Amino acid sequence: MTTEAGSETEVKEKAEESAAQLDQSEKASGKPEEVANAEQEEKEQEKEKEGKGISRYLPSWLKKQKSQSQTSPTKEVLPAEEAVSKVTQEEEGPAPEVNGHAEEVEEKEAVKSEQVQTKEAESNSNAIADTEPAKEESAMKSPEEANETTQGDKAVEQKKELEEKVKTEREGGGEGQMSIFPSPLRLVRKTKMKLVVCQVALLDGTDFTCEVEKRAKGQYLFFKVCEHLNLLEKDYFGLTYKDSHEQKCWLDPTKEIKRQIRSNNWQFAFNVKFYPPDPSLLTEDITRYLLCLQLREDVACGRLPCSFVTHALLGSYILQAEFGDYDPDQPQPLDYISHLTSEPNQNKEMEEKILELHKSHRGMTPAQADAQFLENAKKLSMYGVDLHHAKDSDGVDIMLGVCANGLLVYKDKLRINRFAWPKILKVSYKRTNFYIKIRPGETEQFESTVGFKLQNHRSAKRLWKVCVENHTFFRLNAPEPPTKARFLTLGSKFRYSGRTQAQTRLASSLIDRPAPSFERTPSKRISRSLDGEPMISITEMGRDMAENGREPRLELHSDSKSPLRVHGDNIYVRHSNLMLEDLDKTQDEVLKHQASISQLKRSFMEAPPPSPPQPNQWEKRLTSSPAAVIRIQQQQQQVVSVPQTEASAADNMISESNEPAKTTEVEIEETVVIQEVSKATKPGFVTITSSSPVGPPAEQETRKQEMKVEEEVVIAVEEKVVKQESVSSESESEDEAEYHPNVPISISHTQISEVEEEEEQQEKEEDEVAEHDVSVPGALTLPVAGQPAKEASEEIEESRTEDAEAEKKMTSADEKEREHKAEESTDDPLMTPEEAPSSVSLPEEPVAELVSSAEEEEEHKMNGESSLVEEEPQPQVICCSEPPVVKTEMVTISDTFAAQKTEIATKEVPIVHTETKTITYEAAQLDGNGDDEPGVLMTAQTITSESLCTTTTTHITKTLKGGLSETRIEKRIVITGDCDIDHDQALAQAIKEAKEQHPDMSVTRVVVHKETELTEEEED
Amino acid sequence: MAGLMAGYGHYTHAVVRGISASMAKEALRSSQSEVVDLAKARREHEVYVEVLRTRLGLEVIELPADETFPDCVFVEDAAVVCGDTALITRPGAESRRRETEAMKGALKDLNLNIVEMTDENATLDGGDVLFTGREFFVGLSKRTNQRGAEILADAFKDYAVSTVPVVEGLHLKSCCSMGGPGLIIIGSSEAAQKALKIMQQMSDHRYDKMTVPDDVAANCIYMNLPNKGHVLLHNTAEEFPESAKVFEKLKDHMLIPVPNAEMVKVDGSLTCLSVLINKKANI
Repeated sequence: MTTEAGSETEVKEKAEESAAQLDQSEKASGKPEEVANAEQEEKEQEKEKEGKGISRYLPSWLKKQKSQSQTSPTKEVLPAEEAVSKVTQEEEGPAPEVNGHAEEVEEKEAVKSEQVQTKEAESNSNAIADTEPAKEESAMKSPEEANETTQGDKAVEQKKELEEKVKTEREGGGEGQMSIFPSPLRLVRKTKMKLVVCQVALLDGTDFTCEVEKRAKGQYLFFKVCEHLNLLEKDYFGLTYKDSHEQKCWLDPTKEIKRQIRSNNWQFAFNVKFYPPDPSLLTEDITRYLLCLQLREDVACGRLPCSFVTHALLGSYILQAEFGDYDPDQPQPLDYISHLTSEPNQNKEMEEKILELHKSHRGMTPAQADAQFLENAKKLSMYGVDLHHAKDSDGVDIMLGVCANGLLVYKDKLRINRFAWPKILKVSYKRTNFYIKIRPGETEQFESTVGFKLQNHRSAKRLWKVCVENHTFFRLNAPEPPTKARFLTLGSKFRYSGRTQAQTRLASSLIDRPAPSFERTPSKRISRSLDGEPMISITEMGRDMAENGREPRLELHSDSKSPLRVHGDNIYVRHSNLMLEDLDKTQDEVLKHQASISQLKRSFMEAPPPSPPQPNQWEKRLTSSPAAVIRIQQQQQQVVSVPQTEASAADNMISESNEPAKTTEVEIEETVVIQEVSKATKPGFVTITSSSPVGPPAEQETRKQEMKVEEEVVIAVEEKVVKQESVSSESESEDEAEYHPNVPISISHTQISEVEEEEEQQEKEEDEVAEHDVSVPGALTLPVAGQPAKEASEEIEESRTEDAEAEKKMTSADEKEREHKAEESTDDPLMTPEEAPSSVSLPEEPVAELVSSAEEEEEHKMNGESSLVEEEPQPQVICCSEPPVVKTEMVTISDTFAAQKTEIATKEVPIVHTETKTITYEAAQLDGNGDDEPGVLMTAQTITSESLCTTTTTHITKTLKGGLSETRIEKRIVITGDCDIDHDQALAQAIKEAKEQHPDMSVTRVVVHKETELTEEEED
Repeated sequence: MAGLMAGYGHYTHAVVRGISASMAKEALRSSQSEVVDLAKARREHEVYVEVLRTRLGLEVIELPADETFPDCVFVEDAAVVCGDTALITRPGAESRRRETEAMKGALKDLNLNIVEMTDENATLDGGDVLFTGREFFVGLSKRTNQRGAEILADAFKDYAVSTVPVVEGLHLKSCCSMGGPGLIIIGSSEAAQKALKIMQQMSDHRYDKMTVPDDVAANCIYMNLPNKGHVLLHNTAEEFPESAKVFEKLKDHMLIPVPNAEMVKVDGSLTCLSVLINKKANI
């Protein structure tokens, strides 16, 4: 089945080339592809006997139409090279599904094969009412055909390779059964699908209407729109919708639309999401045109403020682009001009100025006028700045602006602070608060955290998401994988999943189609700007801003009126999911994984020390990028290093609901760690506590040490909580998430000039990176783990073949970076010659295995325990702060913490008044390090009584180490209530219960964290 | 029409004002130690105006001195001109408020768009405004407050306006100025260096810096004129020998030392003495 599917895809490809000119009737009667590809057809038929037979007949027609409509955007709209990679994804990868269904790979294959048939079907006029998408598709295809022929050869070649891979894989796996009963299943599925009509407001003021399947993902609709617009450089754009609070949110491409919009209002707007800092680097005029349209709107509605003169100048370029040269005989559409202005009283003067300037643009082509428009617009200080209302620590209204360079802080119209991405170590949000952790400056010793208060938690999350996305897009080479399968975390797993600017530039450089002709349509524009959005300026405190979508789950809690505000059911369900994810792993896999880890470790040890010379630094960075990517991912996952329990969810609800002012919230969190240990002390814990700048690379940490770290984490959490004045000691929940944006390598690519801002710290990281480099063969698969593995290798392949071209492109890409890029483009992670072959030509089995192990690795990391070890040299654990208002009591009985406590930095401003108390008891024997095997979440339940809510999470870790079996159980009990709690009694009870449940184990550590909120938290 | 932010440092006109006799005695100053030699001050001012008019070929509008305003020679504080917009300020010193009237008239005559700072809570001295070509930095000093900066931001919407606390010296530009596109000349005092740090942090653009030993000497006038290229007016080697050596490093610049010893005694630096305007763009 697989094989035929593969060859059919090929067939289709070839058919398109060779039979491009054939009309439909020919296709219908002649089935030209069979003739043209007789050989393949033979092969096909051999295998076809069973599976194919079924799909040939009517049922598959029916089914086909559905699948067609789903897949077409991905498959047909994309330029050839992209299509290839998509195919790869679909075939093999854990790639984001395009059509909104987590389908089996085989099913996708089938879908493809059906597509081929669709064509026949169409011509057979057998076609059922639903063929419209298919027609549309073929219509769309024609302009692309030229493109496909030029790139076709290469594409086909690559495809073959991939298909062969797939084939072998499948054959090895004995997949025969898949083809036997596929149709009935699909039929069932098919009947379930419901189509919904979506309306998308385009930038030119028109609406685009299309049908999508109800369960389609954001991506599907987005691709549809891009297809309609004939837009290839689509990564700068996105779809927005209005949430139930009339807030503009970005539609997450990886999630189902239905789950995001939260209403039956399937209305969207197509907007620029990432404003390219230099629009002249865009490849196609059509992209620039769309950007112009967006900026016009931005200017008209006041989102992009500019002076009168600039306003007039921009308007004059619009006239030139849409009406051509100034013609005194032809009355200029003054009403049109008036739409360009936001201040009505200036209209007359503005018109005159616009016309005057228009005269001076004589001879300028529309594309040139657009380019001039952009050249001027991009210099405006608010270009590409996404503003969010917030308050600073003193409760003063400010605006936070997220842009390509970082985070800007405005008070009224003045910029009062700026945090460039390289200065930011971490962005996080918790409830209504948004935090950024700042890299220490030259003279400072410790990181500081700056907190802002947002209007509500949704705003906080939106802001956080926008930061994550902007940072990833503008600063990274490749997005980090979504942190799937993260264990014991309730926090947002959100990551930017699209292409980064670096990637999209590379991809655009491969665009090889004649510039598409498109119409500049002023008339449509007029109707649109009339109902322009409310104006937002820095000073205005309106709330309507384009921001990211939020997680729907929170909705569930928000209307909770119960005094305890705990909905155990929800929490429980979510934990169960997590549990399932984690239990999927077999012991074998775990062991395999361990093996690969130790291999990695070995290679690290053998690695020569990184060479320091300055001139090579860039080069080094770039060469080491693949490994560095891993590092990034790891770091990102570390963010979540905190074992998660219901507590956070409970916390969640607290923040969600409105609380009478005088109610005191008392929350006790007790973590009982039971550990059966008989282990020798392992070296290496030092790395955690000491912040030795040039210390051994973090990678040398063993898994065992990481276990130790986990214990630290508990403390870390609490420290952090103190800092953040939260009600519970959980660091992650729907209400909060973290993101470590600081990624040295990325900088080297996107913003070389800024790198100097980063001081020694970065060099340290660089060292690590360099070390990583050595292990590249193994590591190469790592970055890929969570994300489409094949895509990566595909890209390598691609870029290798396109090397020269890419190199050319990159040199012209950025004046400042020109030199670097020129000499290093071959060292680009995506193109490293040594790596490319190794990854691409790997025999299928090993690849699969590597990937799987990589995935495991990732999961381990996600489990959070490994995290801190790999953190920046300064353990963030330690950097806790003691805000003046927060009363903090830390009692720690453990030597290991002594070192840390000395390093406590104090820098924070409280927003909420809470009282926090944390006590840790730790058994002396604990110095032996545990192993860090991913724990298994055993139970997670919430019991709600009249006044108290008790949440217990049990986390069991089993490890096999040198013949010794080690079991570690971590219980986290969170008691939330609005009355006084007898803490001692609760603790005693918890310990007692733990002992009863595990009589053969000993309690090694007890952490009590008590937090009392003194003032009520304002919430929406 | 030149686009936004084109041709930084290109000027066609300059507004200056005569020295009132009351300056020697009554002009505001931070240090009373030295006596101003009025005659010498006038001679120096003449040299300054001659340089602008003859040597650099600017059209110089010379406003008559007004004896009621001892500080009136420091025209910079009365207006901020950028492009074809002129913001008439509300100087921080009560005694100087009405200096702006004559300035407003002159700028109106030049057909600039006049924006007035009428808010009574706002104060702003032009000496606190550093325009880099890409953005504004406004020093928050004894003379300039947040509200003044906001109004400036509103007047020049194209540009980012960042605030910089001025902890030492009279104005932000008492210790810094532009030495070229993307080049900040900065004094070596701790306060000056701190201000530079802040400016660098606040900016999306990268600026080179040139540190001179004397804060006062860091106040220069940069122009980029047709047929002359980069021009830098700076304090003479007699006044600040060490700083003058540093200026010598600017090989591409036409360096013009201008004597300013007397003005310095009343906190007057080079930029204080003129408002520079680029009118060509508008014709």
